[in-house]
Amino acid sequence: MMLRHNRHVGAGARVIELENVAYSYGGGELLSDISVKLAPGSFHFLTGPSGAGKTTLLKLCYGALLPSAGYIRLFQTDVRSLERDDVAQLRRKIGVVHQNVQFLDHLSVTDNIALPLTVSGRHAEAAGSDLPELMNWIGLTNRADAFPPELSGGERQRAALARAVIMSPDIVLADEPTGNIDWEMSQRLLTLLVELNRMGKTVLIATHDLSLIRAAKAQVQARVLRISNRRVQLAGADL
Amino acid sequence: MSASQGKLRAFLFGDPYAGRVVPPSGFTAQLTLFASGAMAFLAVFALALSLASGRLAERWGDELAGTATIRIVAPQDQRSEQTTAALRVLETTPGIASARALSDAEQQALLAPWFGSDLPLDTLPVPRLIEIVTLGQGFDATGLRLRLAAEVPGAVLDDHGRWRAPLVAAAQRLRFLGWLVAGLILAAVAAMVTLAANAALAANAQVVAVLRHVGATDSYIAQAFVRRFTLRALVGSTVGVVLGLAAVWGLSAGGDAPGFLTGIGFQGTGWFVPLALPLVCALVALAATAVAAGRALKALS
Repeated sequence: MMLRHNRHVGAGARVIELENVAYSYGGGELLSDISVKLAPGSFHFLTGPSGAGKTTLLKLCYGALLPSAGYIRLFQTDVRSLERDDVAQLRRKIGVVHQNVQFLDHLSVTDNIALPLTVSGRHAEAAGSDLPELMNWIGLTNRADAFPPELSGGERQRAALARAVIMSPDIVLADEPTGNIDWEMSQRLLTLLVELNRMGKTVLIATHDLSLIRAAKAQVQARVLRISNRRVQLAGADL
Repeated sequence: MSASQGKLRAFLFGDPYAGRVVPPSGFTAQLTLFASGAMAFLAVFALALSLASGRLAERWGDELAGTATIRIVAPQDQRSEQTTAALRVLETTPGIASARALSDAEQQALLAPWFGSDLPLDTLPVPRLIEIVTLGQGFDATGLRLRLAAEVPGAVLDDHGRWRAPLVAAAQRLRFLGWLVAGLILAAVAAMVTLAANAALAANAQVVAVLRHVGATDSYIAQAFVRRFTLRALVGSTVGVVLGLAAVWGLSAGGDAPGFLTGIGFQGTGWFVPLALPLVCALVALAATAVAAGRALKALS
């Protein structure tokens, strides 16, 4: 299957490492003195009130933003040393799912899911047998030829997840992935993310949905990070 | 196949899926096709003007460069004697291939367009003309004038340079003007393609965001736009050149009058010169789109 199990990464290695990171926006400091290390194969939630900086922190984690202070290392590489094309290459190793996912409306669902392969010159791989398997895994086989505007909220989120993982990334980041879908669909999406984690992917989900976190903790060993007063703390057992 | 050939092939024919990531953009496509076609059509005429002017300058230069004239302005009773003296001087002048005095009939024929064919030359003080054909390197006009002044007081040397030079210069200026117009037309193509590419990139900002999100490099995104605009310019300018050549051919094939009045046209291998225009237009579009895309993508980041 396209979603390969990740190779063993040595103990102590970090796929994402933030060290004393701060981020300022519009003159004010949104995040301050953040230090987080994500080990390969770990499962984390990032929670906090709206406007706390969850999305910003996720963007820092995949190189879409640069910190005002501190260091961010992705796969042991300082993001400040990366050129624009290096960031693009890096994103092929980090799958990202947004709450308001965007697709290319003139392409079919299948072509949208295969887009990461297309832009990396590997479209022929998508034409192989793996893509149907992926479509089946997310339950969109019967919507393969549909166009994005024809999809429901849940279908869009699953298609976004498929697009995020088609390159078999080492890390999957999800920003409020269940924000626009019902409970049943949220559970289905969560199950897919847990499956990915069991394949060795590092998963980080930003959400304010505590019920989702509780449901996940029943299936996987997940740690919860909470943003409070511009800083990240490890949440207690109350979650 | 070499690496560069492979890259060219990939650019021209490319990955069919890569070309689809940018949605077809309606008005910019039509604008690019039409404008490059119209510009190529005009460029054909500018080239025709330039090449025709060049031919004119060369013809005037070549035809008149090897000749000169001496007028013998003397009283009737001395005219024959001075003509003979002038011919003697010319025989010993280096750089002169031949010299001969025009006969009365030839002079009559020269004057006929202005005075009619029944002009009584023997009763009029018409100067005798001596036609000189020079050798390749020409002759020393200053030295010849001094000798004629000493030995043939009624002789006036006209080496044609006085009135030939401005004509040749005018033709050369016209030729330069033709190339300048062609250059300006290509600059206009570049400006138009830049505007169209900027409009397409601005209209597709969301597409660019999605492509970046899934790991597309800026060069990949730019290439999708560059290839599209380059091919449009190539197709549009090819149509424009074909129509332009047909129009020029129609102009020159419409009898002598149009050709005489305009002087515009191609001859011989000159007909192949405009065929380079589509390639030049495509290269101009490629460069203009690459620059525009680079700037726009930087601004969109």
